[in-house]
Amino acid sequence: MLKAKHKTGLVFFPAYDWAISATHPEREERLLYTQDQVLEEGLLDIEGIIEFKPDLIEVKDVQRVHFCVPDELSVMTKSHFISAGGAKTIARAVLEKNIERGFALVRPPGHHAMRVVHGGRGFCNVNNEAIMIEYMRKEYGVDRVAIVDTDCHHGDGSQDIYWHDPDTLYISLHQDGRTLYPGSGFPDELGGPTAAGATLNIPLPPYTSEEGFLFVIKEVILPVLEEFKPEIVVNSAGQDNHFTDPITNMNFSAQGYADLTRILKPDIAVLEGGYSIEGALPYVNVGVILAMAGIDYTKVKEPGYDHEKLRQSLQITRVIEQTCKVVLENWRNREEIRRRMQADKKFDERRRSIFYDTDGLHETQNETLKICHECSGALKIVSRCDTGNSILAVHIPRKACKTCRELGYSWYESADPKSNNMIALQDRTTDTYQVRQKKDLKR
Amino acid sequence: MIIGLDVGGTHTDVVLVGENGLERQVKVLTDTSALFQTVLTGLEKITENIPPGRITHAALSTTLSTNAIVQNKLPPAGMIVSGGPGIDPEAFRTGPYYFPVSGSIDHSGKEIQPVDAGEIEAIAAKLQSDGIRHVGVVSKFSTRNPAHEVRIGEILAPHFDRVFLGHRISGHLSFPRRIDTTFLNTSIYPLHKKFFEAVKESLKQKGITIPIYILKADGGTMDFDTSIDFPGQSILSGPSASVMGSVAFAPENAETIAMDIGGTTTDMAVLINGTPLLSPLGVELGRYKTLIRGLNSYSIGIGGDSAVRINGRVLTIGPDREGPAMAFGGPVPTPTDALFVLNRMQNGDRQRAVQGIEPIAKALGLSVEEAANTIFDQACREILASAREMINQINRKPVYTIKELLEGYQVKPSHILVLGGPAPYFTRRLEELSGYATEKVPAWSVANAIGTALSRTTCEVLLFADTQRGILLAPAESHQESIRSDFTKKDALRIGFGLLKKKAVDSGASPNDLEMDVLEELEFNMVRGFRLTGKNIRVRLQVKPGLICGYKKIISQICDQSVNEV
Ligand SMILES: [Zn+2]
Ligand SMILES: [Zn+2]
Repeated sequence: MLKAKHKTGLVFFPAYDWAISATHPEREERLLYTQDQVLEEGLLDIEGIIEFKPDLIEVKDVQRVHFCVPDELSVMTKSHFISAGGAKTIARAVLEKNIERGFALVRPPGHHAMRVVHGGRGFCNVNNEAIMIEYMRKEYGVDRVAIVDTDCHHGDGSQDIYWHDPDTLYISLHQDGRTLYPGSGFPDELGGPTAAGATLNIPLPPYTSEEGFLFVIKEVILPVLEEFKPEIVVNSAGQDNHFTDPITNMNFSAQGYADLTRILKPDIAVLEGGYSIEGALPYVNVGVILAMAGIDYTKVKEPGYDHEKLRQSLQITRVIEQTCKVVLENWRNREEIRRRMQADKKFDERRRSIFYDTDGLHETQNETLKICHECSGALKIVSRCDTGNSILAVHIPRKACKTCRELGYSWYESADPKSNNMIALQDRTTDTYQVRQKKDLKR
Repeated sequence: MIIGLDVGGTHTDVVLVGENGLERQVKVLTDTSALFQTVLTGLEKITENIPPGRITHAALSTTLSTNAIVQNKLPPAGMIVSGGPGIDPEAFRTGPYYFPVSGSIDHSGKEIQPVDAGEIEAIAAKLQSDGIRHVGVVSKFSTRNPAHEVRIGEILAPHFDRVFLGHRISGHLSFPRRIDTTFLNTSIYPLHKKFFEAVKESLKQKGITIPIYILKADGGTMDFDTSIDFPGQSILSGPSASVMGSVAFAPENAETIAMDIGGTTTDMAVLINGTPLLSPLGVELGRYKTLIRGLNSYSIGIGGDSAVRINGRVLTIGPDREGPAMAFGGPVPTPTDALFVLNRMQNGDRQRAVQGIEPIAKALGLSVEEAANTIFDQACREILASAREMINQINRKPVYTIKELLEGYQVKPSHILVLGGPAPYFTRRLEELSGYATEKVPAWSVANAIGTALSRTTCEVLLFADTQRGILLAPAESHQESIRSDFTKKDALRIGFGLLKKKAVDSGASPNDLEMDVLEELEFNMVRGFRLTGKNIRVRLQVKPGLICGYKKIISQICDQSVNEV
């Protein structure tokens, strides 16, 4: 009789009645064959693997993370409430010790959704992992969390949300941004001046295979995690690095994903992308579930898998080794880098332009961060979208000092109602979200 | 007139029902070691002096296969399984004659690795030399493409008495469950065949040549010939007999819990608008998890004869039975003794019941009456707690569409129907404690046998269509056809209903009893390379468990009779 070594929870929510559009990769059919494979393998009958029904998140769970313009219900569909809800269900079961680990096999994904949301980008509207993490912090007092993002695309949304948070380690390995959407995630993107080094990016050359991925996990991610000492490790478990994925160019495999999961030992995995719905997802998911549960997965192999043929070139190996060296160096020098970035500045500014590929929108942002030595600093974002909507958003971080808190409120109260459609404040010290003004917003 | 027979752990109940309601009822003691004799005695007594021509058919619910499984007395059977990639099939070993072989098929039905005929021949030779006469064959994803099972079956057929193929037994996915289910069918086959052939023969000798139906775990019946092909379906028919015995009395627009309070256990299930709820995948028995369609029934080890014990100040009831109540000469106090102490039951030795409960009363610092009340209350509370757990489990079942999740259909029973020997004594207290309208079923002590007699023939059909590959498949029906690219779910439903009707009638259903419905209908656009390339359609249909047409007249007679009794 099979028995899980680690009691593992699963939320499986394939949303069989939801799609971005009929032929979009993010469509009803996406997890159909995965479900077939999971059922045929009998995974849910294994002692110690438990399936949960997803909860729905509430608007206030979203407001802990995002500023949705014009509001949450306009940028989210029901599927987003359930998808993030699935992650929340797993988090709760892990923290209440009903399970040791868990996997939210949900769609739609979320790691491209940033703090300010005007619409959908990279098939994502709200950030499932961030919503889950902030829920864990609020309800269970969790402090230090690491996100290891193994989706093929750079998780620029998660990076954005945790850019200024020294207590959330965000590490992403992904296909080099010069060759794939969203075009970001280079090793010099390290986080803001009060949190530099808590964001780490490891771009990988196209055609990286098992050995490249596992090298990064063993040589960079494990030692960094060891030092960071997170209470919870979250894996943004995209499955689009597979050699059959139609929208990426990597050479990863079901065995590789299972090995990665076994070595990384995430407490919580949340599904992100993965669009080879017949050739990869059924096998990758079976491999990942077995690896999480601590059951032998060595015979899980997708048709067409040939370890030798998928081997990466020596040149790729060298590039990866070099990148890893740089990333580790940055990690070791993070205090120095923070000091250098802060210099004697009182404030730090960042101007950005953000493209929403899914909804075809363009946004410009001006960000002002208070450089504080007591806390990670109050944050003000002025965002304008080509929908015509604009927002002045103030974020007071969870551990804000009194000065930063007061500064946040003064920003919020003194904001000019004429130059912004919407003025909002997210005070994480009191877990409140308020909107001072909302006018002429387009939906 | 119809004979209904239900073998229980303690008693075997036999009834004869007809236009005049309950024409005759008989109780015989069950002798588990001589089950055939028990059944035969029951049938002899119920048919005594009845003109054979007046009996139309008999429906039997026996513990033959269930006992063989639970007591680990299954005859040996060979199993040949081909898994391909995935979990090592060794994990699903059913016994010594279990052979994982090469060959594999993927989730879309594509062959990945062919069958190795030589390998199968060698195993066949080995099984033959070990005297194995029956073999089961299961390949992973055989419900998407049965070719490998069929091929292996062809190689084996000349050498064995009987070969069972996994895809013929169930169209559902779950390779491990298909292995267990096929093994059980293969292994039970000789037992089942011998037993019921003997029953038929004995009846024939008495001049009774009537069709024999066998009750299944899903609360429906199948005729004798069908049961020979699917003997595994006869497991766990006990709880379905009870549930079917309450169906006639369940309100049509409400959710009801049916409870059969027996000597050792209380079995329960949920009826939704009078139709019993089925378990999502299949029944589980002993170490076997199957794809055998069954009622979503729950069992708790509390009944009228459960052993009552005190440990310090902690009172426990069940889960075992050491014998009858002390009032009937048993060795330990039971809830039945509590009823004697409370003067609710008569015709036994109340003094012995009091003696049994005295030490418990002392330990609890109560009077004997108070202790009896405590025992009885605790029994009722534990039964209700497990009913609540059953409802919670049903409501926790995951769903896979936004619509289902948001509409969040939740079972909320408002009625309880009680049957079984102690039913009348429990009804009132169960109602007080639960707040649900609680009633006992008329003829409660033989309602299970009445349910067996009146159950209709049920079956299920699963259909899978892939217009990209141009195939339609109903694996368990051995039905496969080519379809055009414009094939739709509507076409699938039409073909499915046709197959279902045929299957039901072939299994012994009367054409008047085909109450059919759709359990699942899914249709997906298949997109390859950003282009719509086909449709993936899945349809699941059933003949619902329920009572045969004409039952109403019989039941209303039974109700009148039971009113007259009181
Ligand atoms: Zn991706
Ligand atoms: Zn501060």
